[in-house]
Amino acid sequence: MDRYRIIEVKQSVFADNDAEAASLRAELRAQGTCLINLMSSPGSGKTTTLLRLLPLLQRTLRVGVMEADIDSDVDADTVSRTGAKVIQLHTGGMCHLDAAMTREGLRQLGAQGLDLVILENVGNLVCPAEFDTGAHLDLMILSVPEGHDKPLKYPLIFQRCSAMIVNKTDVLPYFDFDLDKVTQFARQRNPGIQIFPISAKTGEGVEALAAWICAQIDKEKEKKETRL
Amino acid sequence: MHELGVVFHIADSLAKIAEENHVARISRVTLQLGEVSTVVPEYLTDVWNWNCKRTPLLTGCVLEIERIPAVTHCGACGQDYPTVPQGKRCPRCGSEDTWLIQGNEFIIKEIAVPDG
Repeated sequence: MDRYRIIEVKQSVFADNDAEAASLRAELRAQGTCLINLMSSPGSGKTTTLLRLLPLLQRTLRVGVMEADIDSDVDADTVSRTGAKVIQLHTGGMCHLDAAMTREGLRQLGAQGLDLVILENVGNLVCPAEFDTGAHLDLMILSVPEGHDKPLKYPLIFQRCSAMIVNKTDVLPYFDFDLDKVTQFARQRNPGIQIFPISAKTGEGVEALAAWICAQIDKEKEKKETRL
Repeated sequence: MHELGVVFHIADSLAKIAEENHVARISRVTLQLGEVSTVVPEYLTDVWNWNCKRTPLLTGCVLEIERIPAVTHCGACGQDYPTVPQGKRCPRCGSEDTWLIQGNEFIIKEIAVPDG
C-alpha cells in the first residue's frame, strides 16, 4: 500500500481571488480610476440602462465599458455608439469574471486616464456575486418582469451590492410586481442598500441614478486623497 | 458552470501549494463545503474528475468533500438554529435580526501526497 503524507492547507478557495481583487482595487484607486461592477440576470436591461446612463456620466467623466459575455460582441457594438471606450470580454464558458480576468480586461481597455470603468458582468444572479472583481462599487439591476421575490431567492447578490436598480418600471401596470415588497425584501438582506426605480426605455429615474453614481465616485476620489 | 470556475481556482491554488512544498503529485484533496455555499458537490466532483485528467499534478487525485451544516444565530434571543429548514426568521422569537455563523465555507482543508 502506498504511503501518504498530509499537508494542512486551510485556505479559502476564494482567498487568491480576494487578494488579487484587493490589490487591483488599490492600484485603480491610486491611478484615479473608479471601477463599477454591474450585475443582473440576462435580459434585465444592463446594456439599455448603460445606453441611457453613459451620456449623463460623460458630461463630467471619462468613461470606459467592459462587456463580459460568454460569447458574441453585440453588446460592445451597441455601447460603442455612445462614444465610450468599449471592449468585449469573452469568458469562454465561465459564468462570471474574477479579479484576474478583470485586470486583463482593464489592460486591454487601456484604463489609464479614465475616471470610471463600468464592468458589465455576465448575466447571472448567482456566480458573479461570489467573485470579487476588484470593483469599488457593486451595483445590480432587477427588472420588473423578474418578480419582487428575487432578494429572497438570491440573497448574496443583494447583500453584496450598494444599490439595486429596479428597471422596466414602464411595465409595472402589467405585472404583479410590488415595489414596496422588493424594497422590504432587499433591505432584510442589506439594510443600507440604495434603491433606484428606473425605466431605461423612457429614461425615467436615470438622472437620479447618474447623480448618485457621480457622488459615489467623488467619495472614492476623496478616499484616494486622504491616503496620499 | 459555476463549478467549472471554482475548480480552476482550486487547481491554481493547488499548483502554488505544490510548488511551495516541492510536490509533484497530489493524491487526495479534502475540501470543506458549507451547506449553504452555492456549490453543488455532485457537479463539483464531475468537473473535478474532468480537470484531473488534463492536469499532471492531479492525475487520479481523489476529491473528498466534508459538509459543514449551516447554523444561524439570532441577535434578539441569542439562540442558534439550523439555517436550511428555518431561514432568516428565528423560530424561537420571530426576529429577523439573525446572521449566519457557519455554513458558507469553501475551504481547501488539506492535501495528501505520496510519501518519499
